[in-house]
Amino acid sequence: MNKGRGFRVYAFVYLAFLYAPIVLLPIFAFNDATIVSFPLTGFTTKWFVQMWNNAALGDAVRNSLIVAVSVSILATTLGVFAARATTRYRFPGQAGLLGMIMLPLVLPDIIIAVSLLVTILQLGISLTLKTIILGHTLIATPFTIAILNSAFQSLDRSLEEAAYDLGETKASTFRLIIMPLVMPGIISSLLIAFSISLDEYIIASFLGGTDNTLPLYIFSLFRFANQVPTVMALGTILAVLSVVLLTIAEYFRRRGIARAGGKDTGGFL
Amino acid sequence: MTNSPATAAPNAASKPIIQLRGLQKYYGDYHALRGITTDIREGEFFSLLGPSGCGKTTLLRCIAGFEDWSAGDLSIDGANMENVPANKRPTNMVFQSYAIFPHLSVAENVGFGLRRARLPKEELNKRVSEALDMVGLGGYGKRAAHALSGGQRQRVALARALILKPKVLLLDEPLSALDKKMREQMQSELRRLQRQVGITFILVTHDQEEALIMSDRIAVMFEGTIEQLATPQQLYRRPVSRKVAEFIGIMNFLPATVSRADATGIDVEVVGLGRATIAAEQCPAGAKTGAASVGFRPETMTVLYDNDPVPASGQIVTGTVAEVVYFGDMTYYDIKLDGVEKPISISMRNVVGRPVLERGAHARVSWDNGALVLFC
Ligand SMILES: Nc1ncnc2c1ncn2[C@@H]1O[C@H](COP(=O)(O)OP(=O)(O)OP(=O)(O)O)[C@@H](O)[C@H]1O
Ligand SMILES: [Mg+2]
Repeated sequence: MNKGRGFRVYAFVYLAFLYAPIVLLPIFAFNDATIVSFPLTGFTTKWFVQMWNNAALGDAVRNSLIVAVSVSILATTLGVFAARATTRYRFPGQAGLLGMIMLPLVLPDIIIAVSLLVTILQLGISLTLKTIILGHTLIATPFTIAILNSAFQSLDRSLEEAAYDLGETKASTFRLIIMPLVMPGIISSLLIAFSISLDEYIIASFLGGTDNTLPLYIFSLFRFANQVPTVMALGTILAVLSVVLLTIAEYFRRRGIARAGGKDTGGFL
Repeated sequence: MTNSPATAAPNAASKPIIQLRGLQKYYGDYHALRGITTDIREGEFFSLLGPSGCGKTTLLRCIAGFEDWSAGDLSIDGANMENVPANKRPTNMVFQSYAIFPHLSVAENVGFGLRRARLPKEELNKRVSEALDMVGLGGYGKRAAHALSGGQRQRVALARALILKPKVLLLDEPLSALDKKMREQMQSELRRLQRQVGITFILVTHDQEEALIMSDRIAVMFEGTIEQLATPQQLYRRPVSRKVAEFIGIMNFLPATVSRADATGIDVEVVGLGRATIAAEQCPAGAKTGAASVGFRPETMTVLYDNDPVPASGQIVTGTVAEVVYFGDMTYYDIKLDGVEKPISISMRNVVGRPVLERGAHARVSWDNGALVLFC
C-alpha cells in the first residue's frame, strides 16, 4: 500500500513545478489588471484585443512564421537525404560524419551563434531573416535526422526491391512505397523543426540584425510593465499551439509505426 | 557435377530457361560465387541447397537482377541479362520477409504489378481475385495487409509474384518464417501450385528435407560452387562427395582400400565389413587403387534376429549395440562393429513380433554390396 507513495509525491511535485507557471499564463491573461499579482481583479479579454492590434507584434509573428516554415522545410529535406544515405548506403567515415552532423545537439547555442555571426560578418553577408534561417536549420537538422533515421530504418529494404521487381522504376518506387511509409516521420520532423525554430532566442538575437522574431519581441516587451498582460495573452496562445503541434506530431509518429506493423519504442508522448 | 551418374536427366527434353555460364561474384575481396555453370529447365522445380553463407541468395539475386556479377554470363529465355535491370526481367521474387506493402490492402498488393498495364477496372479485379483464389485467399482482397498471419502473407506474396505470369519464380527461403505445421502444409501447396502454373520455380533453402520433398532437381552449393546437381533420388543414393553425403541425410563412412579399379567396378577391402565389389556407377570417375572411404545410408543395413536367415544378397558382420533409440515406427541403433572404433548408425522399421535389441546386446548385421558408395 505504502510502496509507491514516495514516487507518487515526487511525480506530483514534479508536474506541479512544470505546469503551475504555465497555468498562471491564462489566469493573468484574462485578469483585468496591469500588475501581475494576486488577488485577481476581474475578467477581461482586452489584452487579447490589444495584442491583436499591436503592429510590431504582427511583424514579429510574421517573421517568426517565415523563419520557422523555411527552417522546417529545409531541415526536413536535409534530414531525408541524410537518413536515406545512412540507412541505405555504407561508406567510409560514415559514423564519424553522422556524429559531426549531430554535434549541434550538444553544442551550446551561444557558441554556434557567436561563431556563425563572426563567419557571416567576415563574409560580408548582411544580417536578415535569411541568416536566422541558416542558423536555425543548423540546430534543427540533428533533430530531423534523428526522427527520419528511425522512420527510414523501420523500412524493410525488400519492400523497395519488391516494388522494383514488380516492374516499377526507382522513382515510382520512391513515390508509391517509400514516401507513404515514411510520411508520418516527415510530418513529425516538419513539426519538430518548426517548433524548435519558433521559440529559439539566442541565434535569432545574434543573427537577426534589425529583424525581430517572436521570442525577441516578447523579451523586449518585458521592459514595459504595462505590456506584461499582453505577453501573458500571447503566451497563452503559444502554449495551446505547442500542445496541439506536439500532439499532431506524436499522432503521425504512432500511425507510422502502426502502419509498418512495428512495435512502439520511445517517442515524445 | 561432371560425373555422368550424378547429373540428373528428368524431362531432359525441355529447353533451358536459365543458362549460367561461369558466373562469378566478388564482394570486395570476398569470392561469393566461384564460377557457376548450369542450365535450369523450363517448368522445373529447382532448388539451391547449401549451408549458410554458401552463396545461394547471392545467386538468386543475380538472377533476379538485384546484384551485378563480376564475370560470366547469365541468360534467361535466350536473352543475355547483362544490362537488364530487375524491373525488366521476366522473373518475379518471393522475399524471405514476404515484403508485403503494409500501407496497401491485400488486393492492392496482389494487383501492384499490374499497375503499369493500366487494365480496365473489371479486368484488374478479375485477375486479382483469380490470383487470390489460386493461393486459397479468395475473399481476402479488402483486408489490410499488415493484419495478416505469416502463412497468409506468404500466400499474398506468392499471388503478387505470380499474377505477372513470370517465366521464372524466385523464392528465397520462403518457408523459414513459418512454424513446422504451416511449413509442411505450404511445402505441398507450393509443389501443387508449381505443377498448376507450370512456371519454373527456383527455391533457395538450407533445409535438405524441404529440398528433397519439393524439387525436381537440386543444386547443392558449397562456398560459391555447385558441388552436385541431381534429382533428389540421385542425390540421396549417390552423393558425389562426402560433403554432399553429410549434408543430405545421414551417411556412415568406413575407411577402405581399393585393390582393383577398372571400367566394370572396383574391388575394395572395407574396415569392419571385409571384401566388397562396388559397381562403377557407385564410384567416382577415375577411382584409383589405394586408400579411400566407403559410405552407406543407415537404412541399407539390417539388424538380424536370432533365427533370421542370411539374406541372399547380403553379407554378415557382428558387433554390439552402443545406443538404441525407439521412435515408434522406427528404431535407431548405433552399433559398434567388431574392429571399428566409431559406431555406425542403422535405422530399422519396427515390425510386430520382433523385439528391439537392448544396449550392450550382441548384434548381427547384414549389408548389401549395392548400397555402398565409394569416395576418394
Ligand atoms: N552485400 C554484401 N557485401 C559483402 N558480402 C556479402 C554481401 N552479401 C553477401 N555477402 C557474403 O557472401 C556470402 C554469401 O552470402 P549469401 O547471402 O548468398 O549466402 P546464403 O547462401 O544465402 O546464406 P544464408 O543461408 O545464410 O542465407 C556470405 O559469406 C556473405 O557474408
Ligand atoms: Mg540467404
